[in-house]
Amino acid sequence: MSKSNLTRRGLIKTSAIAGAGVALPTIFTASSAAAFTNEPTGGSVTLGFNVPQTGPYADEGADELRAYELAVEHLNGGGDGGMMNTFSSKALQGNGIMGKKVEYVTGDTQTKSDAARASAKSMIEKDGAIMITGGSSSGVAVAVQGLCQEAGVIFMAGLTHSNDTTGKDKKANGFRHFFNAYMSGAALAPVLQSLYGSDRKAYHLTADYTWGWTQEESIVASTEALGWETVNTVKTPLAATDFSSYIAPVLNSGADVLVLNHYGGNMVNSLTNAVQFGLREKEVNGKNFEIVVPLYSRLMARGAGENVKGIHGSTNWHWSLTDDASKAFVKSFGEKYGFPPSQAAHTCYCQTLLYADAVTRAGSFNPCAVGEALEGFEFDGLGNGKTLYRAEDHQCFKDVLVVRGKENPTSEFDLLEVVEVTPAAQVTYEPDHPMFAGGELGACNPGA
Amino acid sequence: MDAIILQILNGLDKGSAYALIALGLTLIFGTLGVVNFAHGALFMIGAFCAVTLSRILNLSYETIDPNKTDFLGNPAKVKTTYVEDWLGPDMGGAIIDWAVPLAILFSIPVMVAIGFVMERGLIKHFYKRPHADQILVTFGLAIVLQEIIKYFYGANPIPTGAPDVFRGSFDFGVMLGFDPNAIIYPYWRLVYFAFAAVIIGGVFAFLQFTTFGMVVRAGMADRETVQLLGINIDKRFTIMFGIAAAVAGLAGVMYAPINSPNYHMGMDFLVLSFVVVVVGGMGSLPGAVLAGFLLGVLESFASMNEIKSILPGIDQIIIYLVAIIILLTRPRGLMGRKGVMEE
Repeated sequence: MSKSNLTRRGLIKTSAIAGAGVALPTIFTASSAAAFTNEPTGGSVTLGFNVPQTGPYADEGADELRAYELAVEHLNGGGDGGMMNTFSSKALQGNGIMGKKVEYVTGDTQTKSDAARASAKSMIEKDGAIMITGGSSSGVAVAVQGLCQEAGVIFMAGLTHSNDTTGKDKKANGFRHFFNAYMSGAALAPVLQSLYGSDRKAYHLTADYTWGWTQEESIVASTEALGWETVNTVKTPLAATDFSSYIAPVLNSGADVLVLNHYGGNMVNSLTNAVQFGLREKEVNGKNFEIVVPLYSRLMARGAGENVKGIHGSTNWHWSLTDDASKAFVKSFGEKYGFPPSQAAHTCYCQTLLYADAVTRAGSFNPCAVGEALEGFEFDGLGNGKTLYRAEDHQCFKDVLVVRGKENPTSEFDLLEVVEVTPAAQVTYEPDHPMFAGGELGACNPGA
Repeated sequence: MDAIILQILNGLDKGSAYALIALGLTLIFGTLGVVNFAHGALFMIGAFCAVTLSRILNLSYETIDPNKTDFLGNPAKVKTTYVEDWLGPDMGGAIIDWAVPLAILFSIPVMVAIGFVMERGLIKHFYKRPHADQILVTFGLAIVLQEIIKYFYGANPIPTGAPDVFRGSFDFGVMLGFDPNAIIYPYWRLVYFAFAAVIIGGVFAFLQFTTFGMVVRAGMADRETVQLLGINIDKRFTIMFGIAAAVAGLAGVMYAPINSPNYHMGMDFLVLSFVVVVVGGMGSLPGAVLAGFLLGVLESFASMNEIKSILPGIDQIIIYLVAIIILLTRPRGLMGRKGVMEE
């Protein structure tokens, strides 16, 4: 009679060892196949362009998309190469990214945080996008940046001007090329002082959301540092269309400057209303009444028509710049589409090139390697002069333009003129500046 | 005191737009019994009639000016409008300058036609359906209309100026004995208020003093009896839909210089206008006008810093707050009739 030595405990042990042995190669395979989210395995790599295709900023989104398509064309070796020819880093060779052909998918943010997150999520999970970029709103940028951090992909922000994007809401996987509200204040203040003096009383109308608050805080701080007095700061609903009842109190407030912390349709309407109420012809405290729009966009300025004439503000970039890089970009974009690019198009084009360049220099699509390549990266030749992608907060530091609504435009695109190019050093702040406090970059997340 | 007068003026101006839209809504509801959520879109289309006429008048041909360059450094194309070319710079320039007032004439047939097509093509099929169905279909229509406008005109606001003579502002304070510059009000907003008063007066006079209007009023009060008398009341109600569309369109045309038209502007006014109709009393034309001006003035006062400092955010909820109070105390609204929407 034979006796078996098989026991219940022995069977479990043997099964566990055998199971682990069988699974071991699979674990290693799985690990190497998904070292990070959406690691490209074939001959192409997919980028996700998340722009407002519907909603109030759809025109700006369309211009962003044009810039992305142009960047993809240039990365794949098509067209005239645009700013790849002027970019100080020569890592990009026009053969895609690390030899992989660049393809793209698009999403519609609708300028709504929920919709933007949903479209970004879909591009990451369904389309396999390795990087998400775009947007025309700080609310959207903060929301999508958070999602990309969780998903383990890089987010290259589009047009977002709130201090919070690289301040309290900054993330290790998120990078911003566009300037911010603090920089607008720092660039505008000296110009405003030379134009209007140090003895001024300012009245602020501010869009009641994250971007408006941070811009108001920044402009108040920089103008009060000049000696200006802030008479009042009034929040206006984002949905407001007629600002007459907010403009009327300005008339007898004693203020001699109106600062409109508005963007998009809000800016168009509030500026139009302010001009209609005769503020520009008004004299207060023995001085001409002035209006300031700290963040200008040419696409938006077009909506305000003649009302922008003579009004000062700041912008990230303008097509009339005469440096080689700007001229190359305007030529490339203008010949393809028939009109000059907007600042939104410029920043999106730059972000795409910067991402591709970082991947190539890092030799990897791994978000952590790409982030490391972008951190502290100094470059030139993208239209803003020498620029630093600061490691501490992933914010680009570069020259800022102070612009003025042109009195005698020569074409429908010729709405703004550059008054001053404020050097990067003048708009640079410490990483722990109080306006940017409260958040941590955290660790980069490669996902998978 | 000057601040209060300014806010009253602002309120009357806002109220003008609310009243004109609400008047059209009430006309449609009172005659056809339809809750028309596409009425804001008609206001928006009216504003785009002004944009369209302005663009038609600015149609131009291009010539190359070798002395100028475009943004790419190529010889620049210079545009000359056909109107100025045909009529001379003075006459042609004046016609282009008056594009918005001229758009009143342009918009009336356009809006009446749109009204007819809407009513005959879609809305008449929903007369006997529940109000919820009517709201859904007209709201869907509003979205379709605004997407069509966005497709052709883009998403950005389009500046459409008032004639030069009405640009700038009027020192109202001096007339009332205040210091100069104390109460300044834009000319075009005064024109808008006067225009709204004329249109509202015209609609009331039309209903009150014409045979057509008398029949319509009789039909609004008792449709079946009027039909039993052998009168084709449906045809007249269809015409009233066209008139209501034209009123909304005219409100939009004249609003174009106040805020640059954009595809979404109808939605911005729609909800407020419905509150105005409900507060005024469903089906009551005087109620709609009264509530329009009342809520416009209250909204303006709620935007005053003195009030916002005590009640932050009141400017965003005042209209709804007043609507709740009025509906709690007068469930049929200010001038609502018994039996309307109570079945």
